[in-house]
Amino acid sequence: MTGGPRRGSRHRAAAALLAGSLVLAGCSGTPGGDRTADSGGDGQVLTVYAAASLAGPFTELARSYEFAVPGTTVRLNFAGSAELATQILAGAPADVFASADSATMERVDSAGELGGAPRDFATNVPALVVPAGNPAGIAGLADLEDDGVALVMCAQQVPCGAAAHRLALANAVSLRPVSEENSVTAVLAKVRTGEADAGLVYRTDVVRGGGDVEAIPVPQADEAAVTYPIAATRRGAETGRGQLAAGFIEHVAGPKGRAALEQAGFGTP
Amino acid sequence: MTNRDAMAAASRVAGRGGGRSGRSAPVGLPLWVFAGALAGALLIVLPLLAMALRTNWSGFLPLVTSSSALAALGLSLRTAAASTVLCVLLGTPLALVLARARFRGLKLLRALVLLPLVLPPVVGGMALLYTFGRRGLLGEAFEVAGIGIAFSTAAVVLAQTFVALPFLVLSVEAALRTAGTKFETAAATLGAAPGTVLRRVTLPLLLPSLASGTILCFARALGEFGATLTFAGSLAGVTRTLPLEIYLQHETDPDAAIALSMLLVGTAVVIVALTYSRTARPGSGGAT
Repeated sequence: MTGGPRRGSRHRAAAALLAGSLVLAGCSGTPGGDRTADSGGDGQVLTVYAAASLAGPFTELARSYEFAVPGTTVRLNFAGSAELATQILAGAPADVFASADSATMERVDSAGELGGAPRDFATNVPALVVPAGNPAGIAGLADLEDDGVALVMCAQQVPCGAAAHRLALANAVSLRPVSEENSVTAVLAKVRTGEADAGLVYRTDVVRGGGDVEAIPVPQADEAAVTYPIAATRRGAETGRGQLAAGFIEHVAGPKGRAALEQAGFGTP
Repeated sequence: MTNRDAMAAASRVAGRGGGRSGRSAPVGLPLWVFAGALAGALLIVLPLLAMALRTNWSGFLPLVTSSSALAALGLSLRTAAASTVLCVLLGTPLALVLARARFRGLKLLRALVLLPLVLPPVVGGMALLYTFGRRGLLGEAFEVAGIGIAFSTAAVVLAQTFVALPFLVLSVEAALRTAGTKFETAAATLGAAPGTVLRRVTLPLLLPSLASGTILCFARALGEFGATLTFAGSLAGVTRTLPLEIYLQHETDPDAAIALSMLLVGTAVVIVALTYSRTARPGSGGAT
């Protein structure tokens, strides 16, 4: 064996590893990430993690914030609050976190991952929805106790499930769902497709469901209201985006934010 | 052509000789192959190791024996067993037809049957929803007849069977092709009816590949997540199988989710070991 072919194969090994890491690097780009390069030297990217129910108004508010602070790109990540909190605790690069309940925000706060005190910016109340046309003829919460009614709601461990349970408690009904989902969007999807006869979601989901769902009025809904807090993360502050994060939070809590949130069905805390 | 013949011959030899032939003559490999192999092995082993390191081993037993964990595990084992039985009952005839029958559209049928292998499970779940769901193609008629599949354990079994069936079909069909038809032809020449040939010749020949196919089916059914969540929903003791329980716990109690994941990893290791010891045995179908 001479050195020649061996060195050749070593080069090829290096080339293969390099190619492999390039593939990985190509895959790791997050949506909107490439825009950092386009927006010039002072371009900054703010990453906002927000509860799934905030998707509508926050998309709008991100665009208006980008317009208000030129050279800024707001990157949004929507999912169930609990899922997002788990991601942040695992080191996800979030600069701002908006949760659908205080308990989930508290989980992030007690782990020392917040860069400032959380600020309540919106409220939401649980709502009872049925597919368009109300095929099961549901008139109120009491009808959900009927065994023939397929009720879908969130699992008690996630914010929308906790709110639904408080609503049931306030009305003294016992719920026997056929499925307990991880997020309110999954509940809404099952009502929209007619798989479920009824679903417990948020008032804002009635707006999102459009003509596919109908809301059935329920008493005591305000007693089960949830408050949405928003906060800058420790990570964002440490990487020099604290100012930008504070600006975005101000934008959400300000008149522009209030208008967008109200239009989506959110209340004022 | 010669290449393929050589490969066929090699696989036949390997099938007959078992593990011995693979060990006899080491073939020289260029260094970069080892580099790639190392990277590939690390990609699989490292994440599993990382999870094992994060496992709260002192709390492992209480976490995996909580009532919700036991309910999920029990449901997973029951549904996976049921769908495996369905896979064997439906998959074996399907494999026989695909390997032995001759008719128009056979190739198309094979492609369609293998589709769940490459489909994202959530797409499979939606397809099932629009078939057996309450407003689905067949679901509406079932509903009228008083049979509700939506949100029931039956929906979980359907979802698991949908994704696992191709594994059984693939193993059995490959074994049938490798075995050839000479024994069946001989039996038929001696006057055996097709039913007798199937029972006395074909099926006994298939047993090893049927066993490994069954184990793979069970493993795939046990790990099913996407189609179940989309089609069956998630309710403790009814439709919330172990992967769905892990998904829920991951968001609220990561320690419990990791412990349950390690339980599934352990099960998977046992399953792989079982399948491997089978394929390494002489005279196996060599389907996997």
